[in-house]
Amino acid sequence: MSQPQPLSSAQTTALVLLRLLVGWHFLYEGVIKLYTPSWTAKGYLLSATYMESLFHWLGSESMISIVDTLNIATLLFVGAALILGFRTKLASILGIGLLLLYFFAHPPFPGHPQGATEGSYWIVNKNLIEAVALLVVYLFPTSLTFGLERLFHKKEIQTQSH
Amino acid sequence: MSTDKKLFSGFTRRDWLKSLAGLPILGSVWAAGLDTTKKSKLEKELLLERLNIKASPPPPSGSMAGDPVRVGLIGFGIRGEQLMRALGFATQEWQEAMAKSSQENPNDKRLEDFKAQENLNVKLTGICDIFDVRAENALRSFNTPDNPCKRYDSYLDLIHSGDVDAVIIATPDHWHAPMAQAAVEAGVHVYVEKPMTHTISETYMLRDAVRRNPGTVLAVGHQHRQTLSFLTAQDAIAKNTLGHVSLVVTNTNRNDDNGAWQYPIHPDANTETIDWNAFLGNAPYEPFNKEHFFRWRKWWAYGSGLSGDLLTHDYDRINCVLNMGIPKYVTASGGIYTHRDGRNVPDVMQVNMDFPEFSTGSSQESGKEQGMTLVYSATLGNQFDRGTVLMGHDASMELGNILTIYADPRSTQYKDMIQEGRIDPSVPIYQYDPSADGVDAVTSATAKYFANKGLLWTYRDGKRVDSTFLHIREWLSCIRNGGNPSCGINEGFEEAITAHMAGLSYKIGRRIEWDAENEQVIALPGEDLDAILLDNTVNYQS
Repeated sequence: MSQPQPLSSAQTTALVLLRLLVGWHFLYEGVIKLYTPSWTAKGYLLSATYMESLFHWLGSESMISIVDTLNIATLLFVGAALILGFRTKLASILGIGLLLLYFFAHPPFPGHPQGATEGSYWIVNKNLIEAVALLVVYLFPTSLTFGLERLFHKKEIQTQSH
Repeated sequence: MSTDKKLFSGFTRRDWLKSLAGLPILGSVWAAGLDTTKKSKLEKELLLERLNIKASPPPPSGSMAGDPVRVGLIGFGIRGEQLMRALGFATQEWQEAMAKSSQENPNDKRLEDFKAQENLNVKLTGICDIFDVRAENALRSFNTPDNPCKRYDSYLDLIHSGDVDAVIIATPDHWHAPMAQAAVEAGVHVYVEKPMTHTISETYMLRDAVRRNPGTVLAVGHQHRQTLSFLTAQDAIAKNTLGHVSLVVTNTNRNDDNGAWQYPIHPDANTETIDWNAFLGNAPYEPFNKEHFFRWRKWWAYGSGLSGDLLTHDYDRINCVLNMGIPKYVTASGGIYTHRDGRNVPDVMQVNMDFPEFSTGSSQESGKEQGMTLVYSATLGNQFDRGTVLMGHDASMELGNILTIYADPRSTQYKDMIQEGRIDPSVPIYQYDPSADGVDAVTSATAKYFANKGLLWTYRDGKRVDSTFLHIREWLSCIRNGGNPSCGINEGFEEAITAHMAGLSYKIGRRIEWDAENEQVIALPGEDLDAILLDNTVNYQS
């Protein structure tokens, strides 16, 4: 097995940038929803065009407040974690899960009603692309280079050397 | 502490930077989000404060406690069945059909809603239908040990039986007034379907009868009065939010045979099972005719076409909000353009109702604005949803289950706020969804998209609101606790006269005028307006 090529610093910078921007997007969505008390995912869930029974259940009277709270909490955690460079693997997985839920509730599949969108999509939309971006973030961790984890990592090395 | 310092001793400034640079980014994004939401909240609050519209659903009607009200039903047709369900009585056949339907489609909540409906504490003690199949169908389901229910061959027997306190009248239009009058004069409360009457003279006679018997409660079946946004709409008008309203447009758009009154003809209908003479009543003689019996809305002899059947609902909705009364002038046109099947009532009809002295208020110099036209526009050959819009100099109000107000780009009242960019005329300045939480201004496009689909609705006390149920409940509450129904004899009088003026204008082809002082529809010398209204021979297709 050949050794993987170490990443060039330009490649690492690009990956850090990707992680920061996805985090930025998640965090801002989370903050806006957090400070808009009337916000709810109910309409989005109840109008789902795919896997309706799951989404209608999530949007039901008994579930919706838990779902809204969890959604906001996850958005904030994923956003903060990706920006700070802390627990980015967990954050990436959670982020992918959230994005796939958004994606499958209103997938741009041929023959499915598209509702209110700002662009034109066929099978692939921005939610799916962002999910794959998070897969890249998951597979190429950069928080040792740029992020809080560098702190703990350094600490470990130093503790060992003493 | 000292060990900590030691631990990080190998850290360069670069290391610190690379470890902690995320923090200011996090802080900036968070602050930006907080700032954005704060600003938009402030803008909204400012706008809502300025508009100062009191958003409130109507208070629920009174208690249903006490002895059960004994109700008799006259006419167990399509509408009669719906009214019975609102009263709490559904046939076994309907319940079985709905149970099956909800098994196939879990979103079909009709049976569940019916079962969750509040008990109105009534007994259905009598039923009168001149078609045996319908009468027996009702008895089979409703005559139980709990609720003994008798069939009466004639409405007079039912009214004078001593077994009913109140009757619900869901018959063809030409029977509304004679039955309602007989009941009122016998001291029996009445819920009568719209239009309240079939002729102008009946309208006066029924009003006189109700005035002579103030103890009886008469309600006209305009259930739209119960729409939860109407009180809020009234307050918006009272606060002069729209400025001077010069035009109101309402409409009916239907595009199916059922909507055009092509109801099914029962296979068991014949001269043995139908009391044909009782059906005809005061209508001109006609040999037994199944189509006339089941599709009576298509002829002036028994029904009143679009003007009596559907204009009345829209007129009454607007009268409920604006309280503008009977129009001074009514001009109508139309024809039989979508269902040339032998009917003589129009299926496409436009009615202009003019109120030259009416005003909702003004934001401009005094005397500049006065007068309003209400346009009712209908076709039974297209179902594009046009909505009801009240158009004022300062704003337009879309009136439905959800109430939405848009500022007008040339408004006087909102000129400053539009110039400052605080009001965008393409975004609602006010939105009231009585079933959602509270009021909103400057709604986002997506929120509006979902709201219009009705997806954000919850229901009063967690139950779906059915306006017919609320309307019947209100009538029963007036019977039990006193008070006047929201659509009583005066509202019914205005509704009926307006509908008849529209029918007359269509038939004569002339602007029809109301003399408010003498409370009279003005006729030319020698003209018998009621005879023209009832004329069933003329085919206006030619």
